[in-house]
Amino acid sequence: MGDNLISVNNVSVNFDYQENFISKKQKIHAVNNINIKIKKGSFFGLVGESGSGKTTLGRAILGANKISSGNVIFHDDERDYDLTNMNKQDLKEYRKKAQLIFQDPYAALSPRMTVRDIIAEPLEVMKITNSRQETDERVRDIAAKCRLNIEHLRRFPHAFSGGQRQRISIARALVSNPKFIVADESVAALDVSIQADILNLLKQLQTELNLTYLFISHDLSVVAHVCDVVAVMYLGHIVEMGPSRELFKNPKHSYTKALLSSIPSIDPEKRSEAIELKGEIPSALNPPPGCVFRTRCPNPGIDCKGGEITMGLTEVEPGHWVDQCCVL
Amino acid sequence: MSHLLEVKNLDVKFDTDEGRITAVENISLSVDQGEVLGIVGESGSGKSVTAKSIMKLNPGNTSYNEDAEIILDNENVLQFTSKQDLKKIRGGKVSMIFQEPMASFAPAIKIGAQMVEQLLIHKNINKDEAKSISINMLKRVGIADAEKRFNQYAFELSGGMRQRAMIAMALSTMPKLLLADEPTTALDVTIQAQVINLIKDIIKEYQMGVIFITHDLGVIAQVADHVAVMYLGSVVEKGPVNEILKNPKHPYTKGLLQALPDINNLDAPLSPIPGNIPSPLDRPTGCVFRTRCPHHNPEGKDGKIEMKLIEVEPGHWVDQCGIQCGQNG
Repeated sequence: MGDNLISVNNVSVNFDYQENFISKKQKIHAVNNINIKIKKGSFFGLVGESGSGKTTLGRAILGANKISSGNVIFHDDERDYDLTNMNKQDLKEYRKKAQLIFQDPYAALSPRMTVRDIIAEPLEVMKITNSRQETDERVRDIAAKCRLNIEHLRRFPHAFSGGQRQRISIARALVSNPKFIVADESVAALDVSIQADILNLLKQLQTELNLTYLFISHDLSVVAHVCDVVAVMYLGHIVEMGPSRELFKNPKHSYTKALLSSIPSIDPEKRSEAIELKGEIPSALNPPPGCVFRTRCPNPGIDCKGGEITMGLTEVEPGHWVDQCCVL
Repeated sequence: MSHLLEVKNLDVKFDTDEGRITAVENISLSVDQGEVLGIVGESGSGKSVTAKSIMKLNPGNTSYNEDAEIILDNENVLQFTSKQDLKKIRGGKVSMIFQEPMASFAPAIKIGAQMVEQLLIHKNINKDEAKSISINMLKRVGIADAEKRFNQYAFELSGGMRQRAMIAMALSTMPKLLLADEPTTALDVTIQAQVINLIKDIIKEYQMGVIFITHDLGVIAQVADHVAVMYLGSVVEKGPVNEILKNPKHPYTKGLLQALPDINNLDAPLSPIPGNIPSPLDRPTGCVFRTRCPHHNPEGKDGKIEMKLIEVEPGHWVDQCGIQCGQNG
């Protein structure tokens, strides 16, 4: 498969849902028929509102959610891993190669462990290192790369600020020497001045350690800054995908346009040019048939209003894919 | 004309086990009727503490300085001690909207009951009147099926809807001053745009004064008339919104603007402000920003320059140390 690291093929994730024990079982369609390819060394962005299925997709790619249909292939140097068809041994191997950085650095770190133990834990659990000395070496090495001081390692997380804690989380994710990182809203809980610092660190580590990122975020300006390729999700579907500059300069889907216009401009003279979306994201229990966005679309066509156009991406420019409902 | 709210030389200190912490130092602010004052700053800068002082909502270990004044409607709020007086400000003349609406509604009491309860406390009306006021207010903030929502619990509403209900509840007593503490931070951008527009409409309609607290300069640019930039308990720069965002003088304000990813200028590098915000336990003497200031002058670095706001343009005030540093970079 050449230069792709991850291929996601027709992946859907459904969850069973039962309101109470007598009501009938329903399915929540969290992620529907997603196709993405993540190139080696790329910074792949996934944006969308809460409830759009970004996190579910990210977790499915890590093998942390069950995939209901379709498959995810991880192309390693020597072999391919098929996530839907993996034995325990493979899964263990895969876990070393694909890691997750969480959103909230306050919740992600155990308050009872020293920073050294937190970072060393993956090595011990995965039995990567053979001696304590080797573990210490790896921990010190990755801590230095994440700009933590050696004396920080003896302390407990409570002694650190949000930005430092996030650097500890990053060090822990990277200590097993993974190739693929899912960063799920990893800067959302940080102040702007620190957010910029963490983004720069992620970028720098990417070149240093040859990493590929899936960067999940609801903040479009952050995604526009760091990602090469961006996919916009809405209610479990990708509605638009393309190289980030092209996509942000020339958005085609009305949802992307609305999202972009909703970012508050820091120019006080440019007030309220937002394309206001009416209402809220519908429930994933019974998504509207046809185009999922049509219930909030500011300029729906006659066909899509009736839900007669099915979801499906069309290539409008090389590499720039848009849901067909908005192209017609 | 006297201001609706005037805060003069306010210090707020907390007594903790580790010692006395200065959360806010020497703050002076004013808000007029129909005006939105934005307060920006990072976490720990004292934004919320300042707002809570206006309603005297800070915890029991708080002490205010003797010469501080918070004049609301010609009365000094800081002198209020009796329950009767405090009731006047808490929910009466002043209302507050919080960041996380799920945490501010009682989970086991219906939204309607909570709205009616506070109306009965503050207004001289009966239950039926309170109910109709509440339902009208829910309609006004754009909640469809207001009668149905009135009888629901907070968990049955979505995030955006809950925030609207919170706004409806805060406004139903017709406060003169609204304190909005990060009201849109927990919301998605599209919902944030709806809520911002709603707040702007309502301010125009009811002509109240608003203090809008946020860490998002974009939101400030959209709603505020005046801005105060806070860092570690001090106002380092304040003035009209246009002036502050387009012509910032203080290195901290400049740093905040440069750290913000701008979607219209993707080639600009993201430049973080170096270092971390110091603990309020060892608050720097002199200029509070000097430990992180990229352009400090020698005197400022040693903490020899006192914090003092100086008017550089009409209405645009900058800390004196920051003026010099700002010129260096």
